[in-house]
Amino acid sequence: MTHIKVNVDGTPYEDEVEPRLLLAHYLRDRLGLTGTPIGCDTSNCGACTVELDGTTVKSCSVLAVQADGSTVTTVQGLAKDGEWTALQHAFHERHGLQCGYCTPGMIMAARDLLRENPHPTSDEVREALEGNLCRCTGYQNIVRAVLAAAGQQDGPGRQDASGRQVGEEVTA
Amino acid sequence: MIPPAFEYARPASVDEAVRALADAGEEAKVLAGGQSLLPLLRLRLAFPELVVDVGRIPELRGVREDGEALAIGALTTHHDVIHDPLVRRYAGLLAGATATVADPAVRHRGTLGGSLAHADPAGDLPAVALALDAELVAVGPAGRRTIPAREFFLDYLQSALSPDELLVEVRIPKTEGWGFHYEKFQRVAQAWAIVGVAALVRRADGHIAEARIGLTNMGSTPVRATAAERALAGADGPEAVARAAEAAAEGTRPSQDLSASPEYREHLARVLTRRAVLTAGGMG
Repeated sequence: MTHIKVNVDGTPYEDEVEPRLLLAHYLRDRLGLTGTPIGCDTSNCGACTVELDGTTVKSCSVLAVQADGSTVTTVQGLAKDGEWTALQHAFHERHGLQCGYCTPGMIMAARDLLRENPHPTSDEVREALEGNLCRCTGYQNIVRAVLAAAGQQDGPGRQDASGRQVGEEVTA
Repeated sequence: MIPPAFEYARPASVDEAVRALADAGEEAKVLAGGQSLLPLLRLRLAFPELVVDVGRIPELRGVREDGEALAIGALTTHHDVIHDPLVRRYAGLLAGATATVADPAVRHRGTLGGSLAHADPAGDLPAVALALDAELVAVGPAGRRTIPAREFFLDYLQSALSPDELLVEVRIPKTEGWGFHYEKFQRVAQAWAIVGVAALVRRADGHIAEARIGLTNMGSTPVRATAAERALAGADGPEAVARAAEAAAEGTRPSQDLSASPEYREHLARVLTRRAVLTAGGMG
């Protein structure tokens, strides 16, 4: 067992953990912070994305012992006094989710993008989210939500013959 | 899955790390950013008795100029490599190719040294290191030694490092003024390259004076496309480049897997070499 100290969503914790314990399992099973889901075993899906000392990581690809001494922010630490962040509001308003499984990872990854690039194009949003898989939405509304959170106009988009929304015209 | 149980050591210096590795014999694994090792552990494809976490050894991080080369600490993350002004100026191929590795979260953790030591021929950076004529500096109980990239990659997931050696630095000769491009073909975003081509081109008087081509996933190790490199010397336009690129797969032994047959990989090597060289040479 190895002794670790971590600060998660503003709360300090100290624990004895097995070295093989993944950060994702530590958050979920030890701390009960199940807002961070685990979607795959291959580092592909990004559902478990959290912030570790200020940058995004896939918490299934970090050992809890590697987070010793660090600060972790999960999706559960974003809202302040029950008030959602602009990004969370945007996902809600733009319907940026269907089943919701990928949403915590999407929001954490989008947050990382907006910190580095506050006014991304829709292509830049797509690139920034390449490590996060969504199997429901086809990504269109996720991209719209991130652009909306960045304060960009949500354009009308094009419609195909049947009136369905197509294309990428969501940039300002 | 839950990784198999292992002992854990977190040395504070290179000497301490080397001692831990030497004591453990062949049963230890080095953990840097963990973006290759942790998936292997989770899938139970590796069963180390000891994991030596070198992630807190500050001397292994950072980029500095050293005469005609850049010295990049093995623990420098992909994210830091991409944004480092020295790398962007003197080793643009490395910065550009690293920006295509996996995805942002993986690039925050994954390290240059880790991806080279992992020696996966499908990884992007081994072929880039080969094209750049990089040198890899390792420290073991007997001291420090420098291994040319051409001698570093021995076989699938096998490098020239011995079990008690730690990769500490990657030295890259400056290629300021050279054109460069990394072109890869992948099935979906963030997937492994089915084939990748790292191209460096030095132009003079309107033609290619020298080209260096590293190939990703065209065999059990990254390889140089030496026949294409020879044919590219003197090429003076897109048609000459296209002819030379026909030699890109010569001497390679690409594998068969779910993504591609060997023949398809050879085809990709030719097409991607043409594209990469045209872009690198400003002819595209």
